[in-house]
Amino acid sequence: MNYTQSTALELARAIREGKVTSPELVQAAKARIEAVDGDIHAMTALDWDAAMRRAEEIQARIDKGEDVGPLAGVPMAIKDNICMRGLPAACGSKMLLDFDPPYDATAVGKLLDAGAVIVGHTNMDEFAMGSTTETSFHGATHNPWDLGKTPGGSSGGSAAAVAACELPCALGSDTGGSIRQPASFCGVTGFKPTYGAVSRYGLIAYASSLDQIGPLARDAADCAAIYDVIHGKDVHDATTVDSVCGALEALDGDVRRLRVGVPEEYFAEGLDEDVRARVLEAAETLKSLGAQVETFSLGMVKYAVPAYYILACAEASSNLSRFDGIKYGYRADEAEDIVSLMCKSRTEGFGKEVRRRILLGTFVLSSGYYDAYYVKALKVKALIKQAFDAAFEKYDVILSPAAPTTALGIGQSLSDPLKMYLGDIYTVSVNLAGLPAVTFPCGFDRDGMPVGAQLIGAAHADKTVLRAADAFQRATEFHKMTKGGAL
Amino acid sequence: MKWELVCGLEVHVEMNTRTKIFCGCTTEFGGAPNTHVCPVCTGQPGALPVLNRQVVENAMMTGLALGCDITRLTRFDRKNYFYPDLPKAYQISQLYAPICTKGGIEVETEEGEKKFIRLHEIHMEEDAGKLVHDPWTESTLCDYNRCGVPLMEIVTEPDFRSAHEVIGFLTQLRSTLQFLGVSDCKMQEGSIRADLNISVRPAGSEKLGTRTEMKNMNSFKAIARAIDTEARRQIEVLESGKKVVQETRRWDDNKDASFAMRSKENAQDYRYFPEPDLPPVYIDERWLEKVKESLPELADAKRVRYREQYKLTEHDIGILCQSARLCRLLEELVALGTEPKEAANWILGEVLRLCKEAGVDAADLQLDAGKLAHIIALLGEGKLTRAAAKQTLEAVFAENVDVDAFIREKGLLVERDAGAVAAAVEQVLRDNPDAVEKFRAGNEKVYGFLTGQCMKLLRGKADPKDVNAALREALAK
Repeated sequence: MNYTQSTALELARAIREGKVTSPELVQAAKARIEAVDGDIHAMTALDWDAAMRRAEEIQARIDKGEDVGPLAGVPMAIKDNICMRGLPAACGSKMLLDFDPPYDATAVGKLLDAGAVIVGHTNMDEFAMGSTTETSFHGATHNPWDLGKTPGGSSGGSAAAVAACELPCALGSDTGGSIRQPASFCGVTGFKPTYGAVSRYGLIAYASSLDQIGPLARDAADCAAIYDVIHGKDVHDATTVDSVCGALEALDGDVRRLRVGVPEEYFAEGLDEDVRARVLEAAETLKSLGAQVETFSLGMVKYAVPAYYILACAEASSNLSRFDGIKYGYRADEAEDIVSLMCKSRTEGFGKEVRRRILLGTFVLSSGYYDAYYVKALKVKALIKQAFDAAFEKYDVILSPAAPTTALGIGQSLSDPLKMYLGDIYTVSVNLAGLPAVTFPCGFDRDGMPVGAQLIGAAHADKTVLRAADAFQRATEFHKMTKGGAL
Repeated sequence: MKWELVCGLEVHVEMNTRTKIFCGCTTEFGGAPNTHVCPVCTGQPGALPVLNRQVVENAMMTGLALGCDITRLTRFDRKNYFYPDLPKAYQISQLYAPICTKGGIEVETEEGEKKFIRLHEIHMEEDAGKLVHDPWTESTLCDYNRCGVPLMEIVTEPDFRSAHEVIGFLTQLRSTLQFLGVSDCKMQEGSIRADLNISVRPAGSEKLGTRTEMKNMNSFKAIARAIDTEARRQIEVLESGKKVVQETRRWDDNKDASFAMRSKENAQDYRYFPEPDLPPVYIDERWLEKVKESLPELADAKRVRYREQYKLTEHDIGILCQSARLCRLLEELVALGTEPKEAANWILGEVLRLCKEAGVDAADLQLDAGKLAHIIALLGEGKLTRAAAKQTLEAVFAENVDVDAFIREKGLLVERDAGAVAAAVEQVLRDNPDAVEKFRAGNEKVYGFLTGQCMKLLRGKADPKDVNAALREALAK
């Protein structure tokens, strides 16, 4: 069995059955990462000594017959913006290059309780602001399918690590599509849970009302297993809610009578031909499995991107104010007074895209513009949620592309930020409405680059969405493809 | 030209909940710098606030006690600005939906008339840290212990027309807050701070003049001085034909003057927006009722009850009802069976004396009511002399001794041994024939000497009443 090509659930079973040990898996991951990550650059911080110690400790408990947890001994990684003691959480930024978190994120604590072995951080766009993982201070991550292309973003490192078989799975974060879009560009499966299902305590904030932690893995089953571990109401996060349990158990492969809505607004101009074709083929596949597929009109689509950028930048401008050079993080060398110390630290510590979004956010919150922009955007957010609520009275899931194109070339996007923002068209409305959504591979374009489809569910329909993706994957082989061939 | 003062208050009150408003750190005053902190109150990346329910209930109680409307769907907002004592670079406060609106306090004007001072609102917010300037290294150090301590900001309408009214308001507000138990309101510790908004205008005018904001008063007296001084300063400015500059001024009590801090013309834009990390708080009927029922009795109600139920004098009531702590002690003693007047006497006499001698504020009194009740009971049963009772109380106050053990150890129990008393009296009269002669000749003063001798013989362990009776009887023979 080639362990770097297995899913997390397969590895967990293999360990339980004594076929392989956790230290062996960590060793295999280390070898693979050392072999390929020089070109891909998915990983940022790695601590093999700590990982090996942990793997040995977990293995010892398993050998004693202890039921350590559903992910016991499986190696994985977490995005650079998720806090774990002992690993520097830099958020892809000069501002936090050596930041050693004094606490573990709740989601991390749950993974550790389940026996996972977290080996390091994955690369990301700086402070999760971006769709290409090119704005990272650590340098860009490359798409394993074509090293000249981006893996998407902002969780590009997590997607690339799974796609390149460096690790079976990784945690990412999704504010406007940052799990789902890179998953689709890299041919892996990514899941963003319902807002409030997973605690944000320990996730370095970008936009508080939109951020969610979620898994990227080889298939929906792994995503379901990880969701089961990391979800739950948390006393440390007041925005968490009671969330559904038993996602893995609910994967019965049955999508008969599943009502799938396909919004015509999502298949209009601007959508790449091959992407359109692959996603519509995915609709046919679901139909052939017994689902009812129907097109319909989804309102408010054209307002999603502007509303998203106003709200996300506004919240980010406030969330990033704490990086002032006083308490932690980058502090500028020479400053005559407190104001210039803060200004210099922030100007020097933040990259261009981050500074752009902070300025945008500050502007829309400023006196005289607050009502016209921020309040208006909040109202649009509510209307977008209403549009989805209306749709979910008729449909169980909504199918769409994950992005208008496949992965773009490195260096192509950053010079035209607006165009880059418009690429988020299919993903941002999901965050605005707080809904669960999964993206999964459904084919390739003319250049052999992966195409991803997205399934969106009603609030708390996380299980429905994962079940549909899993059913699709039982009938297809796209999720088993890697650059090096089929797994 | 006759001028009128117009003044409004912004009072910040630190709540004495056990833990901070958004995390579980202690709110205890003092402590080594940065030891009462956690990721939340130091604004670490990824940390999130979680609301302390008791803070909301304290604010509700305050609002109910001051006759406010309680906002049923209350929300928090972020007030964004950069300063080293503010770790997140925003303060979580309330702007759009403060927990209480309206309400007010009745005060007396300088002329003795009743006047209602209206409140604009009460809202909850978190306190910032403290900056300590170190002159040796010429650096500023940040202590975040105070970050996240829960604050109530109480804002009045500009209804004040004199410093007398302001002091009357603050005195009553402090009493209410202390009797509610939501704050100890110690100005010297910063648990209550008042900022003044002061302007003047020609008497009779309806238009408001330009106001200045005054900060940094550390006592009620300083507040009164600041008001009068600033009013005079503004009048001088206006009478000399100039305009009052809208600014924030810092009161310097040592110099009895104020100095401009920053110009409010370039007022900061705080970019308030709803706090996305905290869901709105919905106060339903049940919760409101529960808080209403749990409202403690306030000073005015106690005054009436002490007068009618306990039959205490106005003088005693006046002193007792200035202190929630003393009232609590009185009521605890009465609940344990002490007669109210006796309890009041002990509190206003011995207890206050001991506090004064030790330099302890009545509010900080540490005294086990059970022990005092026991001492008073023993005195009532004649088992202790008054002197012994006072001595025991002193020991309880100073070292919290066990009453019975202390009395045993010091041999303070009165011996009602009639025979011993009679023998002592007999001996004293035998040993002091001249004194006896003097007494029989009409010299009352020597009586004291004779009782003293008896007590000396009895080593103080007799009830003076018994000695007195025996001596009188013997001398009468």
